[in-house]
Amino acid sequence: MEEKQNFTISVYTENNVGVLNRLSAIFLKRHINIESMIVSKSEIDGVYRFTFVVIIPKTLVRKVVGQLDKQIEVIKAYYHTEDEIIYHETALFKISSKHLYDESIQKRMKFRRAHIISITENYFVIEASGFKKDIDNMYEKLKPYGLLQFVRSGRIAITRPKMAISELLQEIN
Amino acid sequence: MKETQTIETKTQSTATTERLAGSEAIIKCLIAEEVDIIYGYPGGAIMPVYDELYKYQDKIHHVLTRHEQGATHAAQGFARISGRVGVAIATSGPGATNLITGIADAQIDSTPLVCITGQVGSHLLGSDAFQETDIVGISTPVTKWNYQITKASEIPEIIAKAFYIAKSGRPGPVLVDITKDAQFEEFDFKYEKCARIRSYTPVPDTDASKVKLAADLINSAKKPMIVWGQGIILGEAENELKAVIQKAGIPAAWTILGASAIPTSHPLNVGMVGMHGNYAPNVLTNECDVLIAIGMRFDDRVTGNLDTYAKQAKVIHFEIDAAEVDKNVKTDIAVIGDAKNSLQQLLPLLNENRHTEWLKEFNDLYEIEFEKVIKKDLHPTKEGLTMGEVLKEINKQTKGEAAIVSDVGQHQMIACRYAEFKNTRSNITSGGLGTMGFGLPAAIGAKMAAPEREVISISGDGGYQMTIQELATIFQQKAAVKVVVLNNDFLGMVRQWQQLFFDKRYASTEMTNPDFVTIAKGYYLNARRVTKREELADAVEEMIASKEAYFLEVCVEKEDNVFPMIPSGASVSDIRLK
Repeated sequence: MEEKQNFTISVYTENNVGVLNRLSAIFLKRHINIESMIVSKSEIDGVYRFTFVVIIPKTLVRKVVGQLDKQIEVIKAYYHTEDEIIYHETALFKISSKHLYDESIQKRMKFRRAHIISITENYFVIEASGFKKDIDNMYEKLKPYGLLQFVRSGRIAITRPKMAISELLQEIN
Repeated sequence: MKETQTIETKTQSTATTERLAGSEAIIKCLIAEEVDIIYGYPGGAIMPVYDELYKYQDKIHHVLTRHEQGATHAAQGFARISGRVGVAIATSGPGATNLITGIADAQIDSTPLVCITGQVGSHLLGSDAFQETDIVGISTPVTKWNYQITKASEIPEIIAKAFYIAKSGRPGPVLVDITKDAQFEEFDFKYEKCARIRSYTPVPDTDASKVKLAADLINSAKKPMIVWGQGIILGEAENELKAVIQKAGIPAAWTILGASAIPTSHPLNVGMVGMHGNYAPNVLTNECDVLIAIGMRFDDRVTGNLDTYAKQAKVIHFEIDAAEVDKNVKTDIAVIGDAKNSLQQLLPLLNENRHTEWLKEFNDLYEIEFEKVIKKDLHPTKEGLTMGEVLKEINKQTKGEAAIVSDVGQHQMIACRYAEFKNTRSNITSGGLGTMGFGLPAAIGAKMAAPEREVISISGDGGYQMTIQELATIFQQKAAVKVVVLNNDFLGMVRQWQQLFFDKRYASTEMTNPDFVTIAKGYYLNARRVTKREELADAVEEMIASKEAYFLEVCVEKEDNVFPMIPSGASVSDIRLK
């Protein structure tokens, strides 16, 4: 069996209703679990960018990206290995205010590029960003204080190599 | 596909803008796309469009099938024989979901369809309204593209895109769902055909350097073999393929959907590959030194076990759909592009060649297959009729000019193995999806698209009963389809597997059948049943001579098997002759 690895898939699409359904159906068809997914605007007006993270073998990611790429509304699909991208995730932690002045929490926050974005009488909210393992680590550290809520975003990623979508669009325009 | 599709030309738009309701605009779009026959079934959410069809019946002939599945299959038959886009139309909810089997079939067999469904009013969307179903969601994985229209003003652009997408590149089905309020709404209508979509490249440019590499490899090959698929027919590359195989002297085999692209009698046509294909091309797939696949996708029914498929060979893949390259079989050279264009570039680079010894290997293995299988099928000595001898008789009496529309199962394999074709687009069958019930309605669509051709529907007793209600469509449309049922009172292919792999436990495969002749007569068709060999020739003659639709039931041996056979998961070279 070929080894599975992390791949980040970037898909540039037209902004139409139903594109997400069409793309996710391709993962479903091959029984691939999507580890994370984010949809956002891209650097080009009117073009949207899907960022998927999957853990699958390389031969499979090639096939999947080929099938994503051929969808009518997909401008271009790419896959990247971990060393080809700069990536981040963001997480929010909601914690009871009784721990607000706890020194150990404050220490962690400094270390992990985290900051408090909201404080009320009953709770405060910490925002942290970083690699998945950083956030996992922070999660483990904050858990003992009793997490009232926790949520993490999917991965956002920028590639080191050029993807040249603007040029591609100009070429086909 | 034709080169014109890659050129950025906008065809003449309709001269003036007209104020129209969405429903009338839909009809005008269809007329602008030169649609003159559509298949469908009315219902609540599509009634405004049917009202317009009533007014435009001199321009568009609507064929009322007896089930929406029949409408999609008829549209498929229409498309497969003519190369034009087939159109099916249905209402929301069950009307729309009933289209799905045909749409899925068209998707996997690359058949250009535009399906139009009515939808509940846009203010009701998502409210579980009467006959509401999320047909866009349901059809997404089985369409090349789909779209829900909620405003009349979207109609011209979306229908233009639908036709363009369905037909261009690797063809496929498109579904357009139109809410009822969008059908009623008035707007300023103007139609322009679609010539380009920025996110879609239907025909990638053939890379000349890849063609050169392919030519060099072919020129150096000692045992080259071609396997072509439907891409040759869809790309209208029959003459180019013929020129290539003749110049380079390469034995060429076909997939089930590639059948008829080159006449059966051509000396370099070495037969069908795949599970029930011919012995020689299957066995020699694992002996060739260069395997040249053209417009085919290495379906598992073609390759058998991939771990032992053509491992000794260098593989060249000519293919329009880049996602098919390296999907199943790793290629050494991939030429991505239109088959016609790519083969035109290849031809001058090929050396004239004759692979006489290599071709003899095919002929020798054919002799073995003839002795062990074909002789028994076509010249049986036992009492019971074989499916093969029915095909032989049809070949004889139609002189290979007929279009054969088969269903799915044993009879299909026999039809594809033994039908003799002189003309392209003559083998219409459900290949990828294996849809029982496809044959009869597809034959109706084929006959209506090509009334000058003899169209023979060949089904088994199982699949025939899945869409038997379309006999009413045949009668109402006076479509002169010749309907043959090869009746063995079994779901024969499943029974064969039960016999070979499940110790003859015939679970739910024996059929207690009705009197098919009486049923056909009930639909006012001329009908006849044959149970004895001496009646067969006369019955086929009567059927072919009939100017009207005709039903022929042939009661064949109950427990015959189709051979050769590559058992599921086995290697192509382990094909069984018995």
